[in-house]
Amino acid sequence: MSYEAAAVLDTETHDAINIDRSKGDFTFPERNKFDAGRGLTGKTIDYICDVKNDPQWLRDFRHKALQVFLDKPMPTHWASKDLDNINFDEIRYYLSDGEKPKRSWDDVPDDIKRTFDRLGIPEQERAFLAGVEAQYDSEAAYSNVKEELTKQGVIFVNSTEGLHQHEEIFRPWFGKVIPTADNKFSALNSAVFSGGSFIYIPKGVKLKQPLQAYFRINSENFGQFERTLIIADEGAELMYMEGCTAPKFETATLHSAVVELVALKGAKIQYVTVQNWSSNVYNLVTKRGLAMEDAEVRWIDCNIGSRLTIKYPGVIMKGRRARGEVISIALANTGQHQDTGAKMIHAADETTSNIVSKSISVGRGRATYRGQVHIPKHLKGCKNNTECDALLINSNSRTDTYPAITVKGNRHSTQHEASVSQVSEDMLFYLMQRGLNQGQAMSLAVNGFINDLVREFPMEYSVELKRLIDLEMEGSVG
Amino acid sequence: MITTAPHTSATFPAWFTDRQQAAWTRYLATPTPKRGDETWRFSNIKQLDFAGFSRNASTDPATDLVARSSGLEAPAAKFVFINDTLAHAESRLPAAAICLPLAEALVSHSALVEAHFMRQETRLGSAKYAALHEASLTNGMFIHIPDHVEIPGTIEVHHWLTGANTVIFPHTLVVTGTAAKVRVVDIFRSADQVQPGLAIAVNDLSAGPGSKLDYVAIQAFNEVTRVIQINETAAARDAATTGFILNTGAAWARNESLSRLEGAGSRSDMLAVSIPARAQEYDQRTFQHHVSPGAFSDLLYKNSLYDHSNTIFSGLIFVDEEAHHTDAYQTCRNLLMSDTCEANSMPGLEINADQVKCSHGSTSSQISEEEIFYLRARGIDPVAARQLIARGFSVEVVSRLGDDALEALVIRFIDNKFANIATGGA
Repeated sequence: MSYEAAAVLDTETHDAINIDRSKGDFTFPERNKFDAGRGLTGKTIDYICDVKNDPQWLRDFRHKALQVFLDKPMPTHWASKDLDNINFDEIRYYLSDGEKPKRSWDDVPDDIKRTFDRLGIPEQERAFLAGVEAQYDSEAAYSNVKEELTKQGVIFVNSTEGLHQHEEIFRPWFGKVIPTADNKFSALNSAVFSGGSFIYIPKGVKLKQPLQAYFRINSENFGQFERTLIIADEGAELMYMEGCTAPKFETATLHSAVVELVALKGAKIQYVTVQNWSSNVYNLVTKRGLAMEDAEVRWIDCNIGSRLTIKYPGVIMKGRRARGEVISIALANTGQHQDTGAKMIHAADETTSNIVSKSISVGRGRATYRGQVHIPKHLKGCKNNTECDALLINSNSRTDTYPAITVKGNRHSTQHEASVSQVSEDMLFYLMQRGLNQGQAMSLAVNGFINDLVREFPMEYSVELKRLIDLEMEGSVG
Repeated sequence: MITTAPHTSATFPAWFTDRQQAAWTRYLATPTPKRGDETWRFSNIKQLDFAGFSRNASTDPATDLVARSSGLEAPAAKFVFINDTLAHAESRLPAAAICLPLAEALVSHSALVEAHFMRQETRLGSAKYAALHEASLTNGMFIHIPDHVEIPGTIEVHHWLTGANTVIFPHTLVVTGTAAKVRVVDIFRSADQVQPGLAIAVNDLSAGPGSKLDYVAIQAFNEVTRVIQINETAAARDAATTGFILNTGAAWARNESLSRLEGAGSRSDMLAVSIPARAQEYDQRTFQHHVSPGAFSDLLYKNSLYDHSNTIFSGLIFVDEEAHHTDAYQTCRNLLMSDTCEANSMPGLEINADQVKCSHGSTSSQISEEEIFYLRARGIDPVAARQLIARGFSVEVVSRLGDDALEALVIRFIDNKFANIATGGA
């Protein structure tokens, strides 16, 4: 695909996208031609800083992070060797809106178009999801929501705006939950991040509606190196939803996001992710939440797309009675490796954590659960429960489980359980006897397997998720 | 530690000399494990500094240690080694069975030993030390039970470590033919409680088709000794193997146990009881490798942790692509008996086949107040109640050995350990 393709849409694209402009008062964003080129050096960092008009402290921060990134080895001694196939010199680390790869509706693969139809994705969102250069401004479409939020004192902006306009809130927590040197990819993100959200919920504000990145869809929110920081002040509650069930058609092959959550005393944060990148994408994400006294952080994570996903959402329970939870669904089809899991660091008395992970391996897909639970000395009354179940659909599917549990002292309890199974012949026979074909029976069984987790997702997501799983399961049996 | 190539006895066959030299080269070429190696995660790498240890011919009067080598009442055969030197041998085995010190078997049954001697690659982290063992060993046991021969009772082997800063390389190689049956117990002890020692032990178990092979290792060295123990078990079609490890001694013990289910319908039971106290550290790594379809493996490791002790359990069930209809289970249970102990568990699964039933579970917990209350309600004081529960926790694993005399022997060592813990294990 050519990056120089005409900015003007051809008629077919127009027809395909078919946006009724009168409805939402859409405007096209202005095009800035900024491109940091391929490869990553100190110059790339300076370029990004200049373009984004970063303050000096951030420039220093980025340069330091670059050094950490270059110094750290690839984690291939435990992670997939597939990581060695990433060519860091080929990657573009920063492209402003104007230079984003453009493509016409024709370039969008048929299977993705078909999926849009099957999932019932709103027309307006299809083009965006397909990456077709016809972004629209969602300000108008969601203006009611925005107004409501502002009234309550909620800050919901992109990360660049956050650090420029709300530095006094942003800076104290930025990079604190996930330090630059946490791992090679968090260092990479710290060096070149752009996009992502900054959210601040004031004391005691409980949001009734989930926040979605959609609300500011024309900003650089689905970037390659997005950086999200969410702070829930004392007693605040919110649910944030990231991604979407539709496959996101992408040509950029490396995505490395960092997401930091801070739940102050008594706050609650739920972070819902549905990841469905196209199957050429390396998705290497670091996500961690900090839960203070009586606070709760929940990660609800669903991974369906990408070539290789490495993601272990974590919670550091720093205050008494803090609670952490990770609910994870992974579906690995042929050519995919979903290496997901959870990290629970207990750092105060009476903290509790719960991990429920379910994975499905289809075709030659490989699903991996990797977890860490850490309960240090001198704490008391900490509890962890871990359950991971894996379902294998075909004879060459693969699943792995690698938990690591450290318990010091005797006033705690942890339990870990994992099982691997296939859909039982009896179940399939029973369903087929009632007139379902083998594929339908299998879909039903798989949906049953993850049903209790799917219910944790907001309504519209869980409906789409079920359809999506049906779609993924198609042709996998019989 | 040992910096010069060990000298292979001139009486040994040429193939063995070659193997020892090759192993020495491999030992030198293999890097020392370092922090960050996945097979040494959570491990205390400092324990691998073996400076100052050397081989040492027995210095204590042998008769004393032979007299102290009490085990089963009537073993089928009994051997005593002191610093790898044979000090006592008695056997009531049928003539067809070969049960010889390795040094003797190397001469009299060279081809048979060569066919089975250290055939597997060590893959759980201690390849360097397996190479050192192979290069350095001077003796051990070679047990070969021919087709359709069943050995009643148990073959008992004692390994004594004596003299300060002494290293020993105990080796046990057990091979069973078709439908043969044998049970072997290795007992590892120090001559006294104060002299630091080092044992790098290997046991190789090869179970022929339809045979039954049970192996028990009782590790009761003194608490200034360090141990690396590497087990390799291979089970052919319809064979059943049991491997049991009891850890009560040593300052630091590393156990690596690998079971390969090579034949359809084979079975492997991997069992361990560890009771660390004071500052003892036990580091256990296991691997259940399902090569053939329709095999069964079941692992149960139980740790009771006292004082400042530390355990690591890292297990992996690995199911090959063709190994359909596999049944594999792995359970690690940690009973936390103090505020300051530390238990690490890494139960893992890698499944490449379909139609498998696999599960693993790992728990860490203390004795619940309800259990104590229940026993108190029946007139048992809290200390005795805790002792009873802790003992019962370990005994559950021992009872899977299925031989009363051997179970009694293992429990004797367990009770000795409890007696040696403040408050009697409560």
